[in-house]
Amino acid sequence: MTTPILPTTLPSTALPADAPPARGAELWRRARRNRALLVGGGILLLIVLVALFAPLLAPHDPYAQDLVRRTVPPAWYAKGSWLHPLGTDQLGRDYLSRLIYGARISLLIGLAVAVISGVIGTAMGLAAGYFGGRTDMVVSFLITTRLSMPVILVALATVAIVGGSLWVVILVLGLLKWDRFAVVMRSATQQVRSQEYVAAARAAGASTWRIVRGEVLPNVLPHLIVIATLEAASAILLEAALSFLGLGVQPPLPSWGLMISEAKAYMFFSFWLIAIPGSALALLIFAINLAGDGLHQLLSPEERA
Amino acid sequence: MLAFTLKRLGLAALVALTVSVLAFLLLHLSGDPAVALAGEGARQADIDMVRKMYGLDRPLAVQYADWLWHMLQGDFGTSVYFKTPAGPLIFSKLQTTLLLGLAALGVALAISIPLGVLAALYKDSLADRLCLAVAVLGQALPNFFFALLLIMLFSLTLRWLPVSGSGTWQHFVMPALALGYYVAPAFMRLIRAGMIEVLGADYIRTARAKGLPATTVVFKHALRNAIVPVVALAAVQLGYLLGGSVVIETIFALDGLGYLAYQSITFKDFPVMQLIVLLLSVLYVLLTLASDIANAWLDPRIRVS
Repeated sequence: MTTPILPTTLPSTALPADAPPARGAELWRRARRNRALLVGGGILLLIVLVALFAPLLAPHDPYAQDLVRRTVPPAWYAKGSWLHPLGTDQLGRDYLSRLIYGARISLLIGLAVAVISGVIGTAMGLAAGYFGGRTDMVVSFLITTRLSMPVILVALATVAIVGGSLWVVILVLGLLKWDRFAVVMRSATQQVRSQEYVAAARAAGASTWRIVRGEVLPNVLPHLIVIATLEAASAILLEAALSFLGLGVQPPLPSWGLMISEAKAYMFFSFWLIAIPGSALALLIFAINLAGDGLHQLLSPEERA
Repeated sequence: MLAFTLKRLGLAALVALTVSVLAFLLLHLSGDPAVALAGEGARQADIDMVRKMYGLDRPLAVQYADWLWHMLQGDFGTSVYFKTPAGPLIFSKLQTTLLLGLAALGVALAISIPLGVLAALYKDSLADRLCLAVAVLGQALPNFFFALLLIMLFSLTLRWLPVSGSGTWQHFVMPALALGYYVAPAFMRLIRAGMIEVLGADYIRTARAKGLPATTVVFKHALRNAIVPVVALAAVQLGYLLGGSVVIETIFALDGLGYLAYQSITFKDFPVMQLIVLLLSVLYVLLTLASDIANAWLDPRIRVS
């Protein structure tokens, strides 16, 4: 058989096999049928809005103490009142207001840690996957080393030595949690790199930076988004655990983990004091994980188990 | 096989050495460890004395080499807080934590194997969805909050189990539950995916065609094969459980390595803190090393790549 010469005009119906689907419209249509994404994303959006408009929504100043009205139960208890819908804490601070402002801390932690660790991990994973060889060896070694150190212990120790504050917690977790980004980006980049369009771009004389930005990054982006949601959820849980142990965000900031920690001595007689921030944390993590699952289904449907 | 083992051993040793550098440097994050060691309100003369006593006036590299050299000889330093040699102090607690880790692993498997098998057998049914919901909810619940809920239920309300302390098996029940439930979802997903794959295999069809009872097919033929990847995950998760033990042991005042880690961090007992970070990291390195070698032994394909 003779090698066919490229036809000068392609039939209008012939599209390359790996042509991206009509991105916007198709994605939107699938997103609207994706129940996990809708429910998870909906709850998350609600929490984000509450956090953004905290000053408008909070009925009281979250830091104002009222020592006369301490541990007032929520409104649905017999002794509760609608003045404090979720009651007050052991220092007489309005619990609903603290809960609303606490959402800001958790969301900030999740977002900031995901961005910092995402940038570090993606850069490392991309470099390892794209260049291979010695770069890959070094990055793999760094990943192995990082994985061997328990995050919570190193974070606790660092906060104890440097001193606890919101920014220290963000920085410490951001610098510790890049491992999953690096692992996933490395293998995703290795896969994309062997694709023909990357070879084509290289043959066309594109620079490494251009190939990474134009060909590799867009194709590994779905993985990146899914990992980012998982890491945000895990960072929020870690901050809560650190603050719960007293080595994270410091009082009087209304971190949900710290609220549980401050209330645990009173939990037997005033169960709502731990139940409310605990449920808020669980709801937020649930929403992020669900949205992440939904995004995973939406962005890489072929990998669904 | 020998070459593979030697390569992995070399890598593990290199990782352990890097971790030791990091654990050593951790102390110097504060800027001047002498100030931290001397405690609050120490006079300049005290700080200078501490600096001299711990040899902190020497160059960093010399201090590190000295620290490592002493450790290799079995001299792990002295606890600043407990005033006893750090080595025996830590190793005496290791047993409790390993016991807790194994018990938690047992809890995780006891939850995840039945649920994972159930979800796979009735794939896409209501039971499958329920199992997935349990997994998603389980992962959303912060483990320290779950621990408090357990205390509320089993200690304060039902009065079945002791709130805190160690010594009897009853002291391990709630910590093992609080630590184990959190890793169960990961196992469950893996078992479900493995079982679905195995149940579609030819030899399962043969076993069914032979007229073997369904339970024999599921548990003897299918589960046995689906459980292989779980063993590898178990080694990695045990490492996670060791880290998580810091939070859980602290809540229950269970006298293990995790609780000691928390104490050493709050009391600024740096020699103990460094040693625990190092020990847990080395344990993790050894666990993954063992699981790597076991996997390569079971599956020759891994040795080559």
